[in-house]
Amino acid sequence: MDVLYFAWVRERIGLPKERIETAAPTVAALVEELSAREDRYAAAFADLSALRVAVDQDLADFDAPLVGVREVAFFPPMTGG
Amino acid sequence: MDIRVQSAPFDFGAEAGAFARGRRDAGAIVTFAGIVRDDGGLARMELEHYPGMTERSLETIAAEATRRFGLLDCLVIHRHGSLTPGETIMMVATAAPHRADAFAAAEFLMDYLKSRAPFWKKEFGADGAAWVAAKDADEDVLGRWSQD
Repeated sequence: MDVLYFAWVRERIGLPKERIETAAPTVAALVEELSAREDRYAAAFADLSALRVAVDQDLADFDAPLVGVREVAFFPPMTGG
Repeated sequence: MDIRVQSAPFDFGAEAGAFARGRRDAGAIVTFAGIVRDDGGLARMELEHYPGMTERSLETIAAEATRRFGLLDCLVIHRHGSLTPGETIMMVATAAPHRADAFAAAEFLMDYLKSRAPFWKKEFGADGAAWVAAKDADEDVLGRWSQD
């Protein structure tokens, strides 16, 4: 699936988008998998209360399932308007 | 319903005029413009967004406003990219038979857009660059639209 990062999450991880092959059943499991991979992920995901997640471009919770999902995005709370 | 996400500047007056022109069914049109405010030392702002999700979320919010308040039409224009103080970041316009619905719909659109549309602001000033933090109050204010 495609994993996208925005704002300071993108800066901390160091890239806007990557393709990840994963069997993680939920967003939370994917976060755990990425955090174990490298420090920059662990740093970005250190405080999940400071993050929001979208699954296939809809806002979701961290316990959302990933079965059949094409795109997951991580970002801080939005500041539009 | 007209939703536009763009980096190019737009003319708020011209857009408001075009939105209002020729309407015979609307007794009320409300417009709102968001401007880049210089709180002291702001050189410019970068607005990042999530192409695809941005348009989808704005369409969802505008459709909900239309349904709730019986809007005849609504317009949302939101810019992204580099902006300097005094520039217009975004605007909404609502048309309804009566003013109460037009005002409420414009507020509803703004409240939801602020914490549900995927935009992020980064400010560049004399002290360097910093991401604008979301305010808890922006999230809390959504409670007033609860229909429970």
